[in-house]
Amino acid sequence: MIAFNKYYNHFNLLSSVLIVVSLLLLIFKGLNFGIDFKGGTLIELRASDSKINVSSLRDRFNQMNLGDVSVKKFGNDTDFLVKFENKDNKKNIIEEIKANLDKSFGNNYDFRRVENVGPKVSAELLKSGVIAISLSLALMLIYIWIRFEWQFSLGAILALFHDVIVTLGVFSLFSLEINLSIIAAVLTIVGYSMNDTVVIFDRVRENLRKYSDIKIFELTNISINETLSRTIITSATTLLALLAIYFFGGEILKGFSLAMILGVVFGTYSSIYIANTVLVRLRVSQKTVLREDDQNKLN
Amino acid sequence: MLYFSKLRILFITLFSVLFILIASSNLFKFDDNFFDKKINLGLDLQGGSYLLLEIDNEPVIEQKLQNLTTTIRNYFKEKNIKINNIKIENQNIFFNVIDNDKQSVLDVFQDENSDFNPYYPRFKSHQLEIEDTGLNFKVNFSRQGLIKLKTSSQDQAIEIVRRRVDEVGTNEPNILKRGNNRILVELPGLDDPMRIKSLLGKTANLTFRFVTKDENDRFGVEKLKFENGLEEATVSKRIIISGENLLDAQPKMDSQTNQTIVSFSLDRVGAKRFGKATSTGIGKQLAIVLDGKIISAPVVRDTIASGSGQISGGFTFQTATDLALLLRSGALPAPLEIIEERTVGPDLGQDSINAGMIALAIGFMLVIIFMFVKYKIFGLITNVTLIVNLLILLGVLTLFEATLTLPGIAGIILTVGMAVDANVLIFERIKEELKDETNNILAFDGGYTKSRSAILDANITTLLAAIILFFMGSGPVKGFAVTLGVGIFTTLFSVYFIARLFTSIYVSRNKNKEKLI
Repeated sequence: MIAFNKYYNHFNLLSSVLIVVSLLLLIFKGLNFGIDFKGGTLIELRASDSKINVSSLRDRFNQMNLGDVSVKKFGNDTDFLVKFENKDNKKNIIEEIKANLDKSFGNNYDFRRVENVGPKVSAELLKSGVIAISLSLALMLIYIWIRFEWQFSLGAILALFHDVIVTLGVFSLFSLEINLSIIAAVLTIVGYSMNDTVVIFDRVRENLRKYSDIKIFELTNISINETLSRTIITSATTLLALLAIYFFGGEILKGFSLAMILGVVFGTYSSIYIANTVLVRLRVSQKTVLREDDQNKLN
Repeated sequence: MLYFSKLRILFITLFSVLFILIASSNLFKFDDNFFDKKINLGLDLQGGSYLLLEIDNEPVIEQKLQNLTTTIRNYFKEKNIKINNIKIENQNIFFNVIDNDKQSVLDVFQDENSDFNPYYPRFKSHQLEIEDTGLNFKVNFSRQGLIKLKTSSQDQAIEIVRRRVDEVGTNEPNILKRGNNRILVELPGLDDPMRIKSLLGKTANLTFRFVTKDENDRFGVEKLKFENGLEEATVSKRIIISGENLLDAQPKMDSQTNQTIVSFSLDRVGAKRFGKATSTGIGKQLAIVLDGKIISAPVVRDTIASGSGQISGGFTFQTATDLALLLRSGALPAPLEIIEERTVGPDLGQDSINAGMIALAIGFMLVIIFMFVKYKIFGLITNVTLIVNLLILLGVLTLFEATLTLPGIAGIILTVGMAVDANVLIFERIKEELKDETNNILAFDGGYTKSRSAILDANITTLLAAIILFFMGSGPVKGFAVTLGVGIFTTLFSVYFIARLFTSIYVSRNKNKEKLI
């Protein structure tokens, strides 16, 4: 048996630091919102001429007075991603750019993807993204409340907050782009982390009923160990699937799978070191679950 | 938990085979209608264009209020009530009446059978609201009045958009209402939406009006620019004929001048008015105005009574074709703005499909190898179940003709990764049971029973996340929610029916074997 409980305090401290650092990053550095949430224009371009590279593209685009233009390689050497704000929301901007690029590069390039999100739509998308994440956290809270006692519910929700905030913190730290698919990833992380926590909690509750003489500090450790092989195997298979998406699923899914990979790692960690420690700190005992059982009987 | 009746086995087999058959209809062509279903590919996979249009209702509201001032003035004139200082400001109409008339004006507006202020009994609201501010009356659209106005202009606009898109002839366009002032246009397979965008960007409000030098024209005048943006002309506000009077418009080659022109024919009313105007206006310039710009202003040389004519204006064949198309499909009630556009070229779509399939294959292989190494015979059972699960999932998606997107493929891969969770929970539990229980059957039974609540809780929480994503997410993300959500049900089915069936067969044949798992 591994003594996970020996490090409860250490890891609680570490998690607190991680959360504070993430919050500071989110407040002061902020998130790198993509055009979905910030508005603007995105062009994925494939070149068939080696003359076309990041610097020559940047030169051309800068001459067009589009405001802040970002040009990056996208996947392989011939693909580029160009993003700009399109502040004036010019109508025929794509046509203008095409005409302009034709002059310098002829027919040696191709627009593979064009996305243009107006400021109104991006504000709405951001709002609905925030609502979706908050709503899912609230629903999870209610579900766990119904299925378990409030101490468990609090533990699970703290673990969820930890996972979401730290994942977003990593995105902030490395200036990774937040777009619609990242919201989907965060919601899936919420589901996954909850899943993981529930499996351990289920065992904790079962053991609480079984043993009256074991303190919660020991009991959580027993429960973590009993479910450990499941935790490892499920995390491993999920990570295998996600790594396959990350490495072979193409550029578009990279951000999504990275967020998920981070989420699975943090989710697994938080089920053990946050959800359970909340139970310990709230001094959950056999009475906590038995009282609930009695009430159910009475009802 | 391990007992299966013959009937149940039959049901499980039939169910699985049915969905696998449905899934296979993506590969083959079935004559039967029921089987001839396919999973739709999202725009991000097959390539195409997604356009979200917003109707700018401001001009419509302005116009309606403008008309209303005339109506109000005429209506009360008949009743011998004098309306003073009537004006429009910030979408409100203001006017004064003498104190004695105040109550009768209010009565007219608030009467449920009012002549010009319709009452909606369902919403207990009039179209217009009137407020006595002390100084004067303030009239504006009520909330319901605005909603009615918006939905009616949306209804008109979507019809015109549909006609224009159909005329261009793209395959299977999808045109839907969004809210009460937006229209969503999905154009599969279209990698250059430029032409459609420019067609949808035009209101196509066509009027024929005389050019005048008289600044004090009875109907008012306005200065309008020519299409080329250089010249200007003063044009009367009196409309001779408008786009509504057109029956047909076609691009043509004028054999005399060798120019591309748009020829049109008018309805009876239009022809009559056009004939009269051209007979009285010989020698005058008739401006052809489209969306506030003069296309051309030819001099009337002869009476045109035939009800047909032509527009020239230095068109190329393409611009003439487009103008004819716009005139045929009619004017939009209000300008449209493209507020969101996403276009994916077909080759990028194909690349995404390939990448997604490779990732799926590799993810699947990794999971299968891992499970086999870890659980041997039970790993094999899990793997077979996983494959059946995947096929049933595809079958369900096919049955509902769901749209598969790139995030949707990611959802399937994630399902593969997470689907083993339930099996792992069960097997690990059985291992624990076997520590104190020598009877294999009892241990397996206990493992299944005791792991059930954890499995259900775990799947329900993921399902909650998927449901929220489905309702809040847009486009491709919705596809992810669908595959993730459907995946949960197929996973539970395959774990509790298929995998359990295989397990029970294996266990009952090896009842007395030690270290079964």
